[in-house]
Amino acid sequence: MLTFTIRRLLLAIPTLLFISLVIFLLLELAPGDPMSQVPLTVPPEVKQKMREALGADQPMFFRYMLWLKQFFIIEPLHILGAITGIDLAGDAQRIISWQSRSPVADIIAQRIPQTLTVIGAAYVIGVLIALPIGIYSAYRQYSWFDQLGTFISMIGFSVPTFFTGVLLIVIFSVNLGWFPSIYDTTLKVTDWASFLKQVKQMVLPVSVLALYNAAQISRYMRSSMLDNLGQDYVRTARSVGMTERVVVLRDVLRNSMIPVVTVIALGIPTIFGGAIITEQVFKVNGLGQLLISAIHANDLPMVQTLTFIFAILIVLFNLIADVLYGILDPRIRYD
Amino acid sequence: MPDGAMPVLEVRGLKTVFHTRGGSVHAVNDVSFHLMPGELLGVVGESGSGKSVTMMSLIGLLPSPPADVQSGQVLLGGQDLLKATPEELRKVRGARIGFVFQDPMTSLNPVFTVGSQIMAPLRKHMGLSKAQAEARAVELLELVGIPDARRRLKSYPHQFSGGMRQRVMIAIALACDPEVLIADEPTTALDVTIQAQILELVKELRQKLGMAIVWITHDLGVVAEIADRVMVMYGGQVVEQAPVKELFRNPRHPYTRALLKTIPKLGGQRGERLQVIEGQPPILGFPPTACPFRARCAHAFARCEAENPARRPVDGLPLSQGHDVACHWSPEGAEDPSQEAAHA
Ligand SMILES: Nc1ncnc2c1ncn2[C@@H]1O[C@H](COP(=O)(O)OP(=O)(O)OP(=O)(O)O)[C@@H](O)[C@H]1O
Ligand SMILES: [Mg+2]
Repeated sequence: MLTFTIRRLLLAIPTLLFISLVIFLLLELAPGDPMSQVPLTVPPEVKQKMREALGADQPMFFRYMLWLKQFFIIEPLHILGAITGIDLAGDAQRIISWQSRSPVADIIAQRIPQTLTVIGAAYVIGVLIALPIGIYSAYRQYSWFDQLGTFISMIGFSVPTFFTGVLLIVIFSVNLGWFPSIYDTTLKVTDWASFLKQVKQMVLPVSVLALYNAAQISRYMRSSMLDNLGQDYVRTARSVGMTERVVVLRDVLRNSMIPVVTVIALGIPTIFGGAIITEQVFKVNGLGQLLISAIHANDLPMVQTLTFIFAILIVLFNLIADVLYGILDPRIRYD
Repeated sequence: MPDGAMPVLEVRGLKTVFHTRGGSVHAVNDVSFHLMPGELLGVVGESGSGKSVTMMSLIGLLPSPPADVQSGQVLLGGQDLLKATPEELRKVRGARIGFVFQDPMTSLNPVFTVGSQIMAPLRKHMGLSKAQAEARAVELLELVGIPDARRRLKSYPHQFSGGMRQRVMIAIALACDPEVLIADEPTTALDVTIQAQILELVKELRQKLGMAIVWITHDLGVVAEIADRVMVMYGGQVVEQAPVKELFRNPRHPYTRALLKTIPKLGGQRGERLQVIEGQPPILGFPPTACPFRARCAHAFARCEAENPARRPVDGLPLSQGHDVACHWSPEGAEDPSQEAAHA
C-alpha cells in the first residue's frame, strides 16, 4: 500500500505538470492584458515598466517556468514564512493579482475560511444526512420512507441550487424573516450572540448545498446497500443467527461503504470549486466567487492559480479515494 | 437407528407461497418429512421443485415479503419453529441448525477475515471469549481439513479456493455443534474432484460428530453414495420418500423412475442417449388441485387431473423406515385406469 501510494504520488507530478501547462496555455492564448485595469491616464512608458516588473514582456516559456517556480517554491515559502514568522522567501517576485495588485496567495488565504465553513459544513451535513437515509431506504425498499426519500432526492438532484437558493431566500428571509439572505463575511465569532448570528446566516446556504449533496450521496448509499443486501453472504449471516441490526449495520454496511467512501472522497474537491453559484446567490465571498470575479476582471494570475489549485485537489483526492478503496476492500491489493 | 427413537426434526404440512407482482408462486405445498438423529436425508428434484425454499422456510431464512410461510409445523426437539419469535429463531439458527449454501464463492463476506466469520456465531451462541472463540475456530478449521489453520484465520475469503471456502462454510455451520446440518447443494458449484473431497469430508464429520444431515442435490449418484433415506420433490411437493436402497431398487413414482433413468451408467453403451425428462416443470401459480407431474407423465389418467394424489405408504413399514409415494398409478400392472379406480 505504501509503495502504491508513493508510486501514485510520483505519477501525480507529470500529470500536474501537464495540467499546469494546459491551464497556462489556455489562459495565455485568451485575449487579455495585465494593464487593462490600469486607468487610461497612466502614461504608456509607465505601463511598459509595470509590464516588465510583472515579467509580462518575457517569452511565454520563461513566463511559464517563472509561474511554476512561483507556484511551487516561492508561494509555499511565503505561506510557511507566514505560519512560522520567519522570512524564508526573501523578496522574490510573488504571483500578483492583476486586479488587486496584491499576492494571489494572500487573497486566497482570506477567502478559504468562508468557503470551508459554509461549503464544507454543507458537505459534512449532507453526508451525515445521506448515509442513514440511504441505509434505511435500502433496507425498507419501496416503503413510504423510501418513496419519500426518492422523491426528495430527485428534487434535490434535479432542481438547480440557484433556484432552491432563491426559493429559500424568498420563504425564509423575505417572508418569514428568520434568516438573513446575505452572508456577512465580516462577522467575527467572539461570543455566544455572534456565534448564533453566524449559525443563522449559515443556515440557508448550507441547507441549499446540503440538500444537493445529500440527494446525490443518499442515492449512492441506497443502491450500494441494495446491491449488497441481495448478496449470498447476507443469507449466510442470517443463517448463523445474527440479528438484523448486525447483518445490516455490520456485514452489509461495511461492504456498501466501499464505493460510497470513494464517491465522498472524490466529491471533496468540489467543496472548493463547485459552489460558485451558491456563493453568488448568498454573497458568500469564498473561492468560487473569487474565481468568478477574477474571470470577469481578466485577472489571469488569479484564474491560473485557482484553476490549478482545483486541479491539484482533484488529483489528490483521486489518489486518496484509491488508497481508501484499497484499505476498505481486502480483495484489492496494489502491490 | 434404534426403533422408536424420536426424530430430531419433524416437518408437517409446510406451505410456502411467494406473493410477487406477477402473482403468487406456490413453491412449497404440504411438505412433510422427518429426520432421525444421525441420519442423512437426501433431497432430490429438478430445479424449481422447492427444495431450497422448503429448507429455508424451516428457519425463517426467506425474505418476507415476498415469502409467506402459510401453515405447517416445524418441530425441533418439541419446539415449533414456525411459532417461535424472531429472537428464539435466531438462537436456533447457527446454534442448533447449521446451513451450508450452494455457492461458496459468494456465501462468505468478502471484507471480513475467515476467522472473524467463524468466530461470530461462536461468540454469539456459546458466549465464548475472543481467545476461546479463536481456539475453537482453529479447531474447526482443522476439523474440516484446512492446513495451517491458525494462520489461515487471518486470511480473507478471496485468498481461498472454492473447495476451501466450502470447507470454511461447513466449519461455520458446524461451529456450535448443531443437531441438524442442512446442506443445500454444497458441491454443485465445485469441480468433480473437489466435490468428491467435500463428500468424503462430510462422511467423516458425520462419523465424528453424529449430527443429522439434510443434503439437497441434483445428483442421484451422490445420494446413492451418502444418503440413508431419500426424499424426491416435484412441483413443491414430496412425491416419493424411501430408504436409499429401497428407492433405487423399487422406485414407484413415474418421476422418480424417469430421474433414475437420467443417471448415465458407467460402462453403458457408447452413444446410448442419456434419457431426459420431456416437458416443462409445472407452473406454481395456483394451489395444486391435480398431480403436478401429470403433464409429463406417461402413465397419467383421468384421476391425475381430478385429484392431487396424497402420499400413501407402499410397504406399511414405520415412518423412519418406510417407503411412501404420492401417485395414483402403481407399477404392478395397474396401467389400466379402470382397475386403478376400482382399487381406490
Ligand atoms: N424470492 C422468490 N420470489 C418468488 N419466487 C421464488 C423466490 N424464491 C424461489 N421462488 C420460486 O420457488 C420455487 C422453488 O424454488 P427453489 O429455489 O426452492 O427450487 P430448488 O428446488 O431449490 O431449485 P434448484 O435446484 O435450482 O436450487 C421456484 O419456482 C422459484 O421460482
Ligand atoms: Mg435450490
